[in-house]
Amino acid sequence: MDVGTLAFSALYQFGDAFAFLVLSACGLAVIFGMMGVINLAHGEFIMCGAYVTVSATHAGLPLPLSIALGALVSGLVGVLVERVVIRHLYTRPLDTIVATWGLSLIATQGTLILLGSTLAGVGTPFGSFQVGGYSYSVYRLVLFGAAVAVLVGLYVLFNATRFGVMARATIQVPHMAAALGVDTRLVYSLTFALGAGLAGLAGGLYAPTMTLVPTMGTTFIMEAFVTVVVGGADVFLGTAPAAAVLAVVKATMTSLYGQLFGQIGLLLAVIIVIRVLPRGISGFLLRERA
Amino acid sequence: MNALLRFFRRLEGPQTLGRGPGFWIGFLVVLAGACAYPVFSDGYTVGNTVYFFTWIFMALGLSLIWGYGGALSFGQTAFFGIAGYSYGILTINFGAAYGFTLVAVVLAMAVAALFAVLLGYFLYFGRISGVFLGIVTLSVTLVLERFMAQTAGPEWKIGAARLNGFNGMSNMPPLTVPWPGGDIVLFPDVQLYYVVLGLLVVVYLGLRILVNSPFGNVLVAIRENPERAEMLGYDIRKYQLGAFVIGAALAGLSGVLYTSWGQYITPSSMGMTAAALPIVWVAVGGRSDLTTTLVGTVVVLSVFQALTIHGSQYALVVMGVLLVLTVLIAPNGLAFAAAGLIARLFRGRRAASPAGDA
Repeated sequence: MDVGTLAFSALYQFGDAFAFLVLSACGLAVIFGMMGVINLAHGEFIMCGAYVTVSATHAGLPLPLSIALGALVSGLVGVLVERVVIRHLYTRPLDTIVATWGLSLIATQGTLILLGSTLAGVGTPFGSFQVGGYSYSVYRLVLFGAAVAVLVGLYVLFNATRFGVMARATIQVPHMAAALGVDTRLVYSLTFALGAGLAGLAGGLYAPTMTLVPTMGTTFIMEAFVTVVVGGADVFLGTAPAAAVLAVVKATMTSLYGQLFGQIGLLLAVIIVIRVLPRGISGFLLRERA
Repeated sequence: MNALLRFFRRLEGPQTLGRGPGFWIGFLVVLAGACAYPVFSDGYTVGNTVYFFTWIFMALGLSLIWGYGGALSFGQTAFFGIAGYSYGILTINFGAAYGFTLVAVVLAMAVAALFAVLLGYFLYFGRISGVFLGIVTLSVTLVLERFMAQTAGPEWKIGAARLNGFNGMSNMPPLTVPWPGGDIVLFPDVQLYYVVLGLLVVVYLGLRILVNSPFGNVLVAIRENPERAEMLGYDIRKYQLGAFVIGAALAGLSGVLYTSWGQYITPSSMGMTAAALPIVWVAVGGRSDLTTTLVGTVVVLSVFQALTIHGSQYALVVMGVLLVLTVLIAPNGLAFAAAGLIARLFRGRRAASPAGDA
């Protein structure tokens, strides 16, 4: 294998890991960064998105529309969950973990009871291409593009729209925002829905590449947690660089020792990072800037 | 003598519910009932009751970490699994002769505690708290499960012990007490019941003494307000680490007892669902007190068991609903909510009666 193909292979692995980390973490990161709530049912929102996507595809909808539908349905479920449960717990962040954990149990087992142990999947679209004798899936490149698009989209949403301004005001000083006429409850509600919708999007995007089982959420949450912990509370200064750093760790460990050691490498990385930078990368960057 | 008296006086104190002769008479009555229970039952049922009891240690440990120390940890099942596997590896390699299984219990708990020291050092000395502590411990647990699940191949063995991946490890000897005139092998039966019951009483009373000691008081102070505790000169990291390690050792004890009870342990005993259950037991009863934790754990486990028999697939859904409702309606647990309700009723009546007289 010459240097060019080796470099391409490494880059491809990195892009794949980066996309996975960004997509699985961004919903969690938005909710945590904006509201200080860790949504342990995050994996189940991903599962919800994946199930809706696949069902819609089976019903004859084209895949991109199905993915959008999956994200939308997850977002709506997010609104419901926020209204019924999360809203009452904003002053007790530890309790939100416990409550969303309960929701996750209900969702996983409920799906198992209602829809059975597995759902027939849809094939990965677009086929593959060859570089230097190795074949690569085109869809992985689409996923990388989607991850970048999600980051750009979030940046625009929070920095260039009215909702973004109100949301940022609400995070900084909720009472002042409320006094200035921002409906903070609505902002929280929409933010939670956004996070849930992003989780659904991740589920929809990865649905063609995975087996659909009720516990599929657990495949994502470890990576999502790790990225959010390393990144800290800010989506742009935290999640994106954290995903980039962790993607290097994950891609290297995975290609050298296999999938599991990729995860173990991530875990060791996070434990070391929190010892050195307790507030995550964004905490570090923000302190430097201040 | 005086020091000993002071030591035992800590059985009751500000950090535990229940004091005075009334409580202790009740305690003795319950204990006597528990001791007499095998007389009215058969060996098989008693063996199943032991199964309940094995989990309580883990719940009490979580009560110490979460209820008293204010640090929500999902790592209890990780320590449970580590100790369970350690027990299996040790006893399969060295056998059960000369009371080695009892040594293995201590060693397995020590392995779990050592792992907790390592993990806890990074967490508490990195000043990880609140929600991050929960998700890091959960990540550790999940990775450990996945690691054990992929150890199916023959290359994964320690001495004579095959780890066996998802199928789990089995055929380790049960606890064996060396005894003149033949070892006593503790199969899930009446004898094991008494041993575990004895351990439970010792651990429960020991923890009562611990939480009413200066250590426990500082721990509660940290839960109430970490900054204030630190300003008063306590190194909160050491206290929290201490609670974390003790809790982990207790989870380890649960793991060892579970493994020797069924002579079996699998990676799924560390998975998502397994990690959720201790949280449910402890939260529902009332995590901030040892007694409510103990009672809550027994009650929730019994309900769970009954549900598993009658409609197994709904049991976990009910557990989830129970957890969500507890958090929303009775954040301190049902025992405290009930006590608060009764207190309010009485106060209401007392306040109403003078008005009625006038």
